[in-house]
Amino acid sequence: MSNEGALATTQKKASLDIAGAFKDAAVAGLVAFGLFSLILGFRTDQNMSGQLILTPRPGLLAASVAAVFFGRFAIALIARSGVLRNAGAIVPASIRGRMQHLGTFFAACLLIFALITPFLFYSNRYLLDLSILVLTYVMLGWGLNIVVGLAGLLDLGYVAFYAVGAYSFALLAQNFGWSFWICLPLAGILAAFWGVLLGFPVLRLRGDYLAIVTLAFGEIIRLVLLNWQDFTGGPNGISGIPRPSFFGIPFDASETGFAATFGLEFNTTHRVIFLFYVILALALLTNYVTIRLRRLPIGRAWEAMREDEIACRSLGINTTNTKLTAFAIGAMFGGFAGSFFATRQGFISPESFVFMESAIIVAIVVLGGMGSQIGVAVAALVMIGGFELFREFEQFRMLIFGLAMVGIMVWRPRGLVSHRVPSVFLRQEKPIPAHIVEEARQ
Amino acid sequence: MTARDAVLDVRHLTMRFGGLVAVDDLSFTARRGEITAIIGPNGAGKTTVFNCITGFYQPTEGMILLTHPNGSQYLLERLFDFRIAEHARVARTFQNIRLFPGMTVLENLLVAQHNRLMRASGYTLFGLFGLPTYHRAERAAIDKARHWLDKVGLIGRADDPAGDLPYGAQRRLEIARSLCADPVLLCLDEPAAGLNPRESDELSELLTDIIAETGTSLLLIEHHMHVVMEISHHVVVLDYGQKIADGTPDMVRNDARVIAAYLGVEAEDVDDALVASAP
Repeated sequence: MSNEGALATTQKKASLDIAGAFKDAAVAGLVAFGLFSLILGFRTDQNMSGQLILTPRPGLLAASVAAVFFGRFAIALIARSGVLRNAGAIVPASIRGRMQHLGTFFAACLLIFALITPFLFYSNRYLLDLSILVLTYVMLGWGLNIVVGLAGLLDLGYVAFYAVGAYSFALLAQNFGWSFWICLPLAGILAAFWGVLLGFPVLRLRGDYLAIVTLAFGEIIRLVLLNWQDFTGGPNGISGIPRPSFFGIPFDASETGFAATFGLEFNTTHRVIFLFYVILALALLTNYVTIRLRRLPIGRAWEAMREDEIACRSLGINTTNTKLTAFAIGAMFGGFAGSFFATRQGFISPESFVFMESAIIVAIVVLGGMGSQIGVAVAALVMIGGFELFREFEQFRMLIFGLAMVGIMVWRPRGLVSHRVPSVFLRQEKPIPAHIVEEARQ
Repeated sequence: MTARDAVLDVRHLTMRFGGLVAVDDLSFTARRGEITAIIGPNGAGKTTVFNCITGFYQPTEGMILLTHPNGSQYLLERLFDFRIAEHARVARTFQNIRLFPGMTVLENLLVAQHNRLMRASGYTLFGLFGLPTYHRAERAAIDKARHWLDKVGLIGRADDPAGDLPYGAQRRLEIARSLCADPVLLCLDEPAAGLNPRESDELSELLTDIIAETGTSLLLIEHHMHVVMEISHHVVVLDYGQKIADGTPDMVRNDARVIAAYLGVEAEDVDDALVASAP
């Protein structure tokens, strides 16, 4: 009975609100007219004698204002009718409970897709290169997720470790002639060492202050690489970095090359596919280690430290060591990704390690939802892959990108996957809603 | 009283913040297996004493000696920070509850057993490869957490986020969390603050129970006189950083200086003040 009554009231309100929606739309249209009249309504051209003249464009202006008017009218009508108000409640609790399994299923699908990607796009070199790039950023995102997502230490200079890894690999491989598989762990260890070095001076800093110091650290590393000409080659970078071999078998057309050994026809794609699987394996290693660490005392200490550092100290947790391990492990994975980058490109220079890279990686972690592995992977796919897809739109590319960012922050302010999955449970695993985790961060 | 009886021996403790003397030449002894309450008006320096004992402040002067049941002794003023909790096994709770709200109740209790689990996981290395030693240690840690959750009546909410619990339950969880660290001395900073009468009665019962079961010693800051007088064996009264009384609850209750401090008058005017305030 009461339900029917409520429904009737809603309908009555909806019919009444057409006037209100119309008013809303009229205001929006007026604002749009005011804004667009100068921006879209006129165009500056040159006349025959080279003077600037204004060409009015009434048609375009009318069309944009009409689009705003009707768009706003439709939105206002829907919003006022209360259809969306209970959108959250429309999804039954039983299905919402299953959403978590949906996430696991989705992750498995994504993994299978990643595994067969080289065969799906065998003849499309561009897509293969793009997927390698995406995976590199997935790995960087997962690496930074340890520092930012789990330990709650906002690091804006993550690209420094990427650079340390890349230069360590390049210099070790060139000067000593060591192979990729020897240089890779060394580059990781060196990056971890720099992570600890960064960690020491910033132990007492949190939040904005920490962000500023880490940002400066990233710039210091880049400037040193740029100016230490004898050692790093300065702005010329390092070229001729050895390409990876298939465990000693080079990817070339020679008798002992990969193609000849395995009886295949020589094709440069073989190396690309090999690189793809290397970065996939490295990214999955990062993911696996992070998932394991979360369930170990060190991972719980990281998350506890993110929530309350003083309480951690009162429980006998050495917060200094805990922070330094977070920095070191995060940096190590950055270093791995860096050495992969160096061997893939064959050439590195300080230009590849600018602040913009750090910003993109932080954006991936924040958009993905801090601490969520699958969220970070999807965010990297969307940010890097999506960015490339819109390449044909040229200057509008940045616009679309910005709009997408604003959209995500409006609808999902805590990232794509914002709930937290507990690391251990007694009876039943219940995801922790985002607002509780978020409150702790304040 | 022999030396072995004393779990905590505070001698000539002084804490200065610039020109302000928060704690002034305080000496007292807390005995093993007893509840020692520190009371006093607001701003008397009670929490500062706690912060000195638990290593959050470094005392300006004085000595804080902690004796374990096996006879080993620790000078707390020389240990820093987390080492007091780790080695001397002094646990504490906070006046404004400090839980890990985004973690589940069970996770909160596992974080409290960090150091033991860390050793069992070979400082992460064995744990990363999934060796059985760590699994055994984790199961033992969960069992201990379950035991204390049962005691404080939160076993049904073990998998809920700590930030979702009602206020009283958060207080009890904080106590359970500090007990998971196997403390030799447990310092509770106003555990009954904000609790209703029924809840504070339950708290008194819980604290007595804890002592009976674990043999640990409690140091308690509390404003609820009802709770203090009912359960504590020994009361230390502070006013303006100085000790004004020290003894059994009954002795303290009838001490003129204590009454004066609480009424905010000079000791010799207590009788007048009491007469004036009588209805």
